[in-house]
Amino acid sequence: MSNIAAKAKELLESKAVQVVIGYEAGPTGVVRPAFITDAAKADSLIYNENCVQNLAMYLTKHEVKHIGKMGIVATLPVMRSIMMLISEQQVVPENIVVLGIAEDGKLLDIADMNVMHSHIEKSNLGNPTKDQEKLAELNKLSIEERFKFWEQEMSKCIKCYACRQSCPMCYCIRCSTDCNQPQWIPVQSNTQGNMDWHILRAMHLAGRCISCGECGRACPVNIPCHLLTMQLSDQAYNYFKVHAGTSVDMKSVMSTFEPNDKESFII
Amino acid sequence: METIKKLIRKQSLEKLYATLSASRKVYAPVVAADKRVEYKYNPAYAEVTFEHIQSTLSVKNVVFPKVENLMYYTNNKVDSTITDIDLTKIPEVVLWGSHPCDNSAYDVLKSIFCWDIKDEFFAKRLEKLVVIGLACHQSDAYCFCTSVGLTPNSTKGSDILLSKTKSGDYIAEILTEKGNAIVTASPDLFENANNEEAVIAEVKQTFNHEQVTEKLKTAFEHPFWVANSLRCIGCGACAYVCPTCACFDIQDEAKGKEGRRYRSWDSCGFGLFTLHTSGHNPREVQSQRWRQRIMHKFSYMPDRNESLGCVGCGRCSRGCPVDMNISEQLQGLQNI
Repeated sequence: MSNIAAKAKELLESKAVQVVIGYEAGPTGVVRPAFITDAAKADSLIYNENCVQNLAMYLTKHEVKHIGKMGIVATLPVMRSIMMLISEQQVVPENIVVLGIAEDGKLLDIADMNVMHSHIEKSNLGNPTKDQEKLAELNKLSIEERFKFWEQEMSKCIKCYACRQSCPMCYCIRCSTDCNQPQWIPVQSNTQGNMDWHILRAMHLAGRCISCGECGRACPVNIPCHLLTMQLSDQAYNYFKVHAGTSVDMKSVMSTFEPNDKESFII
Repeated sequence: METIKKLIRKQSLEKLYATLSASRKVYAPVVAADKRVEYKYNPAYAEVTFEHIQSTLSVKNVVFPKVENLMYYTNNKVDSTITDIDLTKIPEVVLWGSHPCDNSAYDVLKSIFCWDIKDEFFAKRLEKLVVIGLACHQSDAYCFCTSVGLTPNSTKGSDILLSKTKSGDYIAEILTEKGNAIVTASPDLFENANNEEAVIAEVKQTFNHEQVTEKLKTAFEHPFWVANSLRCIGCGACAYVCPTCACFDIQDEAKGKEGRRYRSWDSCGFGLFTLHTSGHNPREVQSQRWRQRIMHKFSYMPDRNESLGCVGCGRCSRGCPVDMNISEQLQGLQNI
């Protein structure tokens, strides 16, 4: 039995949690989220390099929360998401147990949020290398060329909102795209409307995105929409020297006013 | 009409494509830069793939576009005018190389769009559609056409069905007058069929749809739904890649006094889909929405439309970000 399965079993048997959110292999071999409520079934939990989905989005899902206290298998992006969710008062630390996974795949002992904080602080918090390279490539293009690139990508969008639904930070019960008085975003999927949506989504995640890349992975038509939020993560860091999801009392860069903020954009 | 079997050589197929695409819109599958298969209008023949298992999106958009304008209007305080869409401008489209599952989906869509009142947009597009289908000579673990009463070489919905032979030529089954018109316009491209047999994919049956339909009659409150949909994130990917999902939203979009009414794809996976103005939502959690998706296709449609709402293409399972594998779920339901 893997360390993760053993830990999950222990947590469920001692009733420390009522559900463990982890990964299992589906019938076609594809890795997918698993919700273990019975200690006897903890064995089906796996962990390997394909376990990349950000499970933190389930911490705010009604039917999962409803089960009770949650244990969650958490790689670095998941831990950072948890930090963000706590700092935005969406998750209560006492309601979760984190089964942290180190970069080498080993199980970490995350006794509390302070331990998690120190682990995150020691980690590499920049965007993943391959995404950073793609961003650098795009940033070299002229504005017109870059616009063309995104226009081409957005023309594929079918507005299925998998990007929004897969994102742990998109937890709003009523998304502004779902409002029609006023209608912020056109309901239909056309290139302009799709762009409106993706730009709005990116702006709402500015300084909040923890660079997991889940939105891009979830997209059924492979739009690299994660690059938009990652670009803003990068900029948020450059301006404010803050990485999202590093502490439980982090202030959001986009909704915090400090008297000494630069206001050069106002004139 | 009675089916006519002919043979079309590989080289002749290219000529047929050239003839058709010279005068009409031909919608054919190509491999995109990211290796996904997508359909394009009139791609160069060299780009057209005959080896695809499945395109990411279905081809329902030829009859049910993701956005369809329904009318234009001007709205003045004293007088308003409505301009209808000129349906005679809908062009003839030749759908090229789509698989039997996709082609069977048009009957399913018809059972919805032409159920009581004939949807004239859909009906006109279907009337203008000619389908040159391609039987499957390969499949993957997500295919389950044989579980929903179809086969990798079902002729349903095709005007001509091509099946690849070992030598790389194609057997052409000419199934309708529309198909026959294409053959008679290029008679020298078709030869009499020889004894060569087609290579047809093997697709294992994974469940019995009649038993699933029977089980669903009493499964509404079953704990299966919650247990098996905890991982569903509530996006619309499954519905939007599906060849038979027909739900749409109607919106008015205006700029000043001028506007248009359009319809666009919608999905029962979204919470907003059933949200009432009062704030009440009859399907307030995801398990109820997932149940609706399965129930609609495997219980309500067989009951009301006398048609199963699924053709076994497997796109929803391939496209799902969290592996909500529909064939696995239906096997599960058969055994509850």
